[in-house]
Amino acid sequence: MGLETDLPEIPVITTTLESVVQWARRSAIWPVTFGLACCAIEMMAMAASRYDISRFGAEVFRGSPRQSDLMIIAGRLSRKMAPSLRRIYDQMPEPKWVISMGACASCGGVFDNYAIVQGSDQVVPIDVYIPGCPPRPESVIYGIVQLQKKIAASKMDQTPKARIA
Amino acid sequence: MSAADLIAALGAVVPGAEYEALEAVDSDVTPVLLVPAAHLFETCRALQSAPGLEFRAFSDVTATDYYPQREPRFEIVYHLVSPHRRARVRLKVRVGKDEPMASVTPIWAGAAWMEREVYDLFGIVFEGHPDLRRLMMPDDWEGHPLRKDYPVQLRKDATTYMPLQVSEEEFRANLERDRQIRPRPH
Repeated sequence: MGLETDLPEIPVITTTLESVVQWARRSAIWPVTFGLACCAIEMMAMAASRYDISRFGAEVFRGSPRQSDLMIIAGRLSRKMAPSLRRIYDQMPEPKWVISMGACASCGGVFDNYAIVQGSDQVVPIDVYIPGCPPRPESVIYGIVQLQKKIAASKMDQTPKARIA
Repeated sequence: MSAADLIAALGAVVPGAEYEALEAVDSDVTPVLLVPAAHLFETCRALQSAPGLEFRAFSDVTATDYYPQREPRFEIVYHLVSPHRRARVRLKVRVGKDEPMASVTPIWAGAAWMEREVYDLFGIVFEGHPDLRRLMMPDDWEGHPLRKDYPVQLRKDATTYMPLQVSEEEFRANLERDRQIRPRPH
């Protein structure tokens, strides 16, 4: 039936601490409630019941950056917003990850002008870029799954400096 | 009230001002007046308070940059409404670069943020404004983006902020102060 039928006679498995910790981290990615523009609508659709990101353990949008692991930059980042975004990122505890959602957050998109930051990687380090204008909820789920793979493949003790370098 | 009626009514209360009626697609319902910049404030005061005019509501102020076709390059546009008379009027004032304009915020307090927006994006200074700061762009921004000679596709690094630097001693002192204010239950 399930896992219990395949258990060995002595119900013990061996693994490394690192793989357990990284399994826990990637299985409960809590995003910060933070939307900048129309991409945030698709991000909310992803969290709602039709697409249901809770299947991947990432549905708990936290109201406080102190409780969050993931920042989804959902929309165009204006130059006036950049200090606030950086401040929210700095307030998130380690380990933390950032997804750049959509064309505007990744490279400025159609807004090639003075008001919009041409790529939010000028402000915070980005782990996953999701293309689209806006990306469909499936794309964002795919991006989160890619992030989970990235977390699974990374070291447990990585410091922010090691991650940026 | 047509543009000619307005000019006649204003001529009685604002001496020395020469108005001109302008044509617009909607000038049959909204008369358009070209007002000399020096008489804008007096004209607005008369429109707000003179009997029979009474434009009590300030609807909008915006501006247009006609650089390089026109000199003076800016045209400031005011929209006024008289709710109880069901009348509207549009005023246009032509000013050049670095020419200050009289603020109408002392007449209609609601003009304050709109004039800040025009100042922010066009660089037109409103004299007599109580708090003329930028409204949309960051406070330390250089230039006024809706001017026609502004580099729209500006290449510039994004600025963030300087993070708060707290030393070990300050951090511990903050913790201690916090404990004194809010003692732990046990």
